[in-house]
Amino acid sequence: MDIRTETMLNLTRRRLLGQGLNAAGVAALAGLQGGRTLVAQESPPQSKGALPGIPHHAPTAKRIIYLFMSGGPAQHDLFDYKPALDKLFDKDLPDSVRQGQRITTMTSGQKRFPMAPSMFKFQQYGESRAWVSELLPHTTKVIDDLAFVRSVYTNAINHDPAMTFIQTGRELPGWPSLGSWLSYGLGSGSENLPNYVVMTPTWTGRKSAQALFSRLWGTGFLPSKLQGVALRAQGDPVLFLSDPPGVDKAMRRTMLDGLSELNQLQYEQNGDPETNARIAQYEMAFRMQTSVPELTDFSQESKEVLDMYGPDVQKPGTFAASCLLARRMAERDVQCIQIFHRGWDQHNNLPRDIRNQCRDIDQPTRGLIEDLKQRDMLKDTLIVWGGEFGRTVYCQGKLARDNYGRDHHPRCFTMWMAGGGIKGGQSLGLTDDFSYNIVENPVKISDINHTILQCLGIDNRRLSVKFQGLDARITGVEQSRVLQELLT
Amino acid sequence: MTVTRNYVPEMCVFILASMAVSPIAAQEEQVNFGRQIRPLLAEKCFACHGLDSETRETEFRMDTRDGLFAPLDSGGVAIVPGDLETSVIYQRLITDDEDAHMPPVDTEKQFSKNEIDLVRRWIKQGAEWQQHWAWVAPERPQLADAASHNAIDFFVQGRLKKEGLKTSSEANRVTLIRRVTFDLTGLPPTAGEIDNFLADKSSNAYETVVNRLLKSPHYGEQMGRYWLDAARYGDTHGLHLDNFREMWPYRDWVINAFNKNMSFDQFTIEQLAGDLLPDATVDQQVATGFNRCNVTTSEGGAINEEYHAHYTVDRVATISTVWMGVSMGCVVCHDHKFDPYQMKDFYQLYAFFNSLDGPVMDGNKKDTAPVLKIASDAQQAEMADLNHLIAELSKTTTAPNVTVDQAQAEWEKQLQTNVISEPEWVVLSPETSTSSGGATLTRQEDESILVSGENPAKEVYEFIAQVESKGLTAVRVEGLLHPSLTAGGAGRSSNSNVVLSEFEAEVASTVEPDKWEKIKFTKAWADHEPPDGNFKIGNTIDGKAETGWAVGGHQRKEDRTAIFVADAPFGHEEGTRLKLRLRHESIYSQHQFGRIRLAVTDAAEIPQIGSETVPAKIADLLKIEPKKRSDEQQNTIRDHYRNTVSTDETLIQNRTDLAAKRKRQTELDKSLPTTLVWKELAEPKPAHILIRGAYDKKGDLVYRNTPAALPPLAPLGEGETPTRLHLAQWLVAPDHPLTSRVTVNRFWQQYFGVGIVQTTEDFGSQGSPPSHPELLDWLAVDFQENGWDVKRLQKQIVMSSTYRQSSQVPQDPQDLRSLDPDNRLLSRGPRFRFDAEMIRDNALSLSGLLIDRIGGPSVKPYQPPGIWFAVAYTDSDTAKFKRDSGEALYRRSMYTFWKRTAPPPTMVTFDAPSRETCSVRRSRTNTPLAALALMNDEQFVEASRGIGQRIMTESGSTDEDRAEFAFRLVTARRPSNAELAVVLKVYRTSLAAYVTNEKAAQKLLAVGDSTADSSLKASQLAAWTMVANMLLNLDETITKG
Repeated sequence: MDIRTETMLNLTRRRLLGQGLNAAGVAALAGLQGGRTLVAQESPPQSKGALPGIPHHAPTAKRIIYLFMSGGPAQHDLFDYKPALDKLFDKDLPDSVRQGQRITTMTSGQKRFPMAPSMFKFQQYGESRAWVSELLPHTTKVIDDLAFVRSVYTNAINHDPAMTFIQTGRELPGWPSLGSWLSYGLGSGSENLPNYVVMTPTWTGRKSAQALFSRLWGTGFLPSKLQGVALRAQGDPVLFLSDPPGVDKAMRRTMLDGLSELNQLQYEQNGDPETNARIAQYEMAFRMQTSVPELTDFSQESKEVLDMYGPDVQKPGTFAASCLLARRMAERDVQCIQIFHRGWDQHNNLPRDIRNQCRDIDQPTRGLIEDLKQRDMLKDTLIVWGGEFGRTVYCQGKLARDNYGRDHHPRCFTMWMAGGGIKGGQSLGLTDDFSYNIVENPVKISDINHTILQCLGIDNRRLSVKFQGLDARITGVEQSRVLQELLT
Repeated sequence: MTVTRNYVPEMCVFILASMAVSPIAAQEEQVNFGRQIRPLLAEKCFACHGLDSETRETEFRMDTRDGLFAPLDSGGVAIVPGDLETSVIYQRLITDDEDAHMPPVDTEKQFSKNEIDLVRRWIKQGAEWQQHWAWVAPERPQLADAASHNAIDFFVQGRLKKEGLKTSSEANRVTLIRRVTFDLTGLPPTAGEIDNFLADKSSNAYETVVNRLLKSPHYGEQMGRYWLDAARYGDTHGLHLDNFREMWPYRDWVINAFNKNMSFDQFTIEQLAGDLLPDATVDQQVATGFNRCNVTTSEGGAINEEYHAHYTVDRVATISTVWMGVSMGCVVCHDHKFDPYQMKDFYQLYAFFNSLDGPVMDGNKKDTAPVLKIASDAQQAEMADLNHLIAELSKTTTAPNVTVDQAQAEWEKQLQTNVISEPEWVVLSPETSTSSGGATLTRQEDESILVSGENPAKEVYEFIAQVESKGLTAVRVEGLLHPSLTAGGAGRSSNSNVVLSEFEAEVASTVEPDKWEKIKFTKAWADHEPPDGNFKIGNTIDGKAETGWAVGGHQRKEDRTAIFVADAPFGHEEGTRLKLRLRHESIYSQHQFGRIRLAVTDAAEIPQIGSETVPAKIADLLKIEPKKRSDEQQNTIRDHYRNTVSTDETLIQNRTDLAAKRKRQTELDKSLPTTLVWKELAEPKPAHILIRGAYDKKGDLVYRNTPAALPPLAPLGEGETPTRLHLAQWLVAPDHPLTSRVTVNRFWQQYFGVGIVQTTEDFGSQGSPPSHPELLDWLAVDFQENGWDVKRLQKQIVMSSTYRQSSQVPQDPQDLRSLDPDNRLLSRGPRFRFDAEMIRDNALSLSGLLIDRIGGPSVKPYQPPGIWFAVAYTDSDTAKFKRDSGEALYRRSMYTFWKRTAPPPTMVTFDAPSRETCSVRRSRTNTPLAALALMNDEQFVEASRGIGQRIMTESGSTDEDRAEFAFRLVTARRPSNAELAVVLKVYRTSLAAYVTNEKAAQKLLAVGDSTADSSLKASQLAAWTMVANMLLNLDETITKG
């Protein structure tokens, strides 16, 4: 980023606001930023290190937990109920529906596009009478908390670009991720934990799964300290957290005290504030050595709570354990939490694999929502669920009533949001009888991201950085909108 | 997780206020249009009144001189020099009328009071207009007293003087040698080097050091490392599977180029167009790898044309950033809003880079064509040797031999009556390969299709391929062995056997590609059938799924061949499309082939497999009467006979020897490393403007050319098409305004942490203006005029007093230098944290573990388990990280294997880029994660022990001696008494703990692959290890002071 801006922002947010800004200071800042007063009237509280002016408006959520279903879950088999398909088993997808749209070269060689109705039973649940398939019995218990968007579409048709697009607003590498944008804007919520944490749990669907990429939580051209910290299930939860063998807490403290003294002596010589900052970072590192193990230790959780997340919760690295961790992080003011659940790329044997995938996520997701609710935290925790694209109505490979596969489908898919600022028990958007095209309220990926920013108190237009001659934003250069319909 | 700086708030506001205008306050002096006014207009006005015709709201343009000073359609003139009242722009800026106000009141980007005041003063002062500085070629500014000054110091000190500031004194010698050694080699100075420098009383002692460092082979590593960020060098493809890509010979080339001080213009030309140089050497071709470093994919379903466009865009954007400091990202989709670049300019550059002679999909293999094989001297020698031996042995084959010739005559006679010619098979390369069961089908180099991933009970493979031939008579299916298949066989079942239930084929013409017709097969032969007669090959053409051909893979691991003969010739004049299906639908679960190769033939006669045949060519020759044959024909028959038929013992021996040599030749050839290079298509591809950057929305055809706002290409010969070579030469032509400025600026940034232009990647109107414009121009011109001599430039910089200043930050708020908090005016020497690689290399070097060999393949040092697997595609060949051992653990960090979707974690923690895209500027952050890495990463803990051992074996025996030695080893300087006391305290406290807990000491000493010196007392060594661990973590240790 422009170092002038960077320096300015560092100075402003870290010093001026931190030390109380006098009237002249506010005026000067306002002048610099083009007439707008940066400190909002009766401004909601800022978190540490937030950009000046953020929150731009009163946020409805203090944090986000984003459940990313990597591979692209089949909307037909989960939420987008299409009863008319039942009679169309093995019938060709009408050309009038397909309209010669781009399809992947994995099925473009197929002679036919026979339609595969979902083999799963659907039923309506809750006051909202939302249709959900039998695959997600637990989810139906919290159905009235969820706001569905059944008309999301994306540009990309393959995993790598589609995931990169959802996460960064671009299909190709090099741009900051949603979480790093949020941290850039919001500063940090926790003194002892990273502000953007990513988990990559195990999955039980097909063994071979699509890749993730560290760019999905990377920072692109934003400072690299904003990158998501991948919490690990194996070894140290945070890289290099543990002291080496033979170094106990007291030993580390001895070393750190010495280090701090030497750095202090050095600071007196060189006067470089960076040296001072480093002293503080080592102290935070030391605190993390306590706070992270405390975070990942479930021994203080009651049986009732553990049971809510289902039997997998005690297995480190599962989706269930990740959900409980997410709640524990939320309690500790981590502002951006993302769980990437892999294994949803069901080109074949979809019925078998989707059952397993749903079993992975169903109860833990419900558990997370109910647990947050009983702690009165759902009201300011935004939860987002979705994958990088949908799947096709037509079958890939061999078709049977009870066995089929589905190819990638970017033209429509379902996501849901819940919690802070979201009015649950509703649904936005409609697809046609095939869930192939959108017939009502198309929603872009950038609209979803725009809405997320809105809930967190950020004005999308004002969270931008100059890059490559553009005002770079998570929502890209084209217009996007807040999905007001979903908000309370 | 913050970077903190201590300033009093008032001071800050003052600095900020001035910073928005220029780095340092410019109170009542002359307003400079280029530096102060144009950036404002660009930021706030050009979006609607700039170059981009699509978003231009009216015809009124503010990005040109004509626009600003010509009469407006709406009456009046935008800017009237000296007259505020009639200058419409000014009036629109200050009006209270919301409708008339500009920028429109509802837009974000408003002018502040200060900014309006600047505009006011500029108009008042005569409204002088200038072209944006970076678009005008630099001229060498005058040095007032050239003789007495280093030019750098002249300009830096001049500017400081103007601002009322002063310079700092020279840094002490220890600081200086540490600073310059790290800057030029990326490594710390040794104790001996420091002592020599301290002892050298001659006036050119420092220069002696600099000269020595410039000759060090590590110089090329250090300079090359920065370049590899820009070149986006990586060891994997970067997208989707993110498999291994072999590219390190390019990295070696970069290091060597710097070490032999290749001039920067040559460096440019070889990388962008080395392949086009007359008689291009291997090295020059390796250099073209620069344009192959972009990320690539082979994701199933990805569309070639789309990725072809992505790759080409990336190349243009990278070259624009690296050589021209121009942000071309936005021009992909629309004309630049702020700088004079149109889409056409972008796609004209695109046309230079869109004609690579290689596939778009990388095939997930390490050597996506075009590649070059690189042989070492020894390998070259062996290859020459083999070639010679093979030639010698071949002579035996052709030497006169009456006995053999007689036998041949007999053989010919026998054949006269019945020659069966071997059909000529054309191997198919399927354009699509699908698996009904979702398996992953990957095309191999030999055109076979390897199956991996999903392995369903029943499986149908379908292949579509195109061939030019018509009149085809048969299809050959080979089931080949592969190490990845069960027991290295040809099948995917648990016992390695295969049952092919049906083989089906359809044919269509390329004109009507969807009109498929079934091919009927009447005969089928296999090279093996089970003896029980139940699983004969004929079962595959009987139309019954339940019957099939079994290959006996559970008993024998052999390649299998089956041939299917059609009832009538098939194929089309215009081109033939074939759809071939292999059904494995018997009751035997997973009995499918794992590696398949397909071929067709148009031979009239298809002999059974195993019949004695001669190649068609020989058969034809044999039909000619011996007397009528030419010598050449006769020799061909003779060679065939002697090489394959003859039973003569000498010949058989000769054949065996030849086969062995040839085998070795192939092995050797296979073992040679490859590197991706550029090779141009014979016919360049046409280039179009891509509307809004979309690959499938082609606009106007464009031709290779350079951006209109920059100088034109040098005149070409009659009918000559511009090439990359012309483009490279254009970049380094004397009238190019950008290349030399951008280049010297990037080098400058290496030393001072910030460029003269801070936005190293953007010299356009949205970038930051240069802090020292005259210095930048002087250096740029001087660099060019001295033959783009890179080492000379480095020496110029490090010899300057500016560089040699002490880096102490003034602590007295009265000190005027505190007005330069970020040291943009260089009132003191550079002080900033080392890059990731330097931090690790420093630790390795200090510990004595460093293996400082230059070049070679990448290595995999310590990395916590699971980092790759947590994100990787499960079938990627870089999904499972396997750490190297031995020397590979201790090589310099620039050789660490760079998996781009999961780069080495410690490197990333210290801000190394992912290398997915071009990066010319790293951030420097200061986080607890970095602290944890430096304290606990196995690599650093092991290095701490190495340092501990050196403390105990290389210094005196008292604790005080050792503490002092330790401190000096790590920081290069002697500790103060206070510092010494801290070190001793940490040592003694640690020692006391380890004496009572020897086990803990042993555990600490066991960290890492290398073993601890067992002759040393464990408790002591452990305590010194902790001291070293502390010292390695010092701010001073990881900072250039």
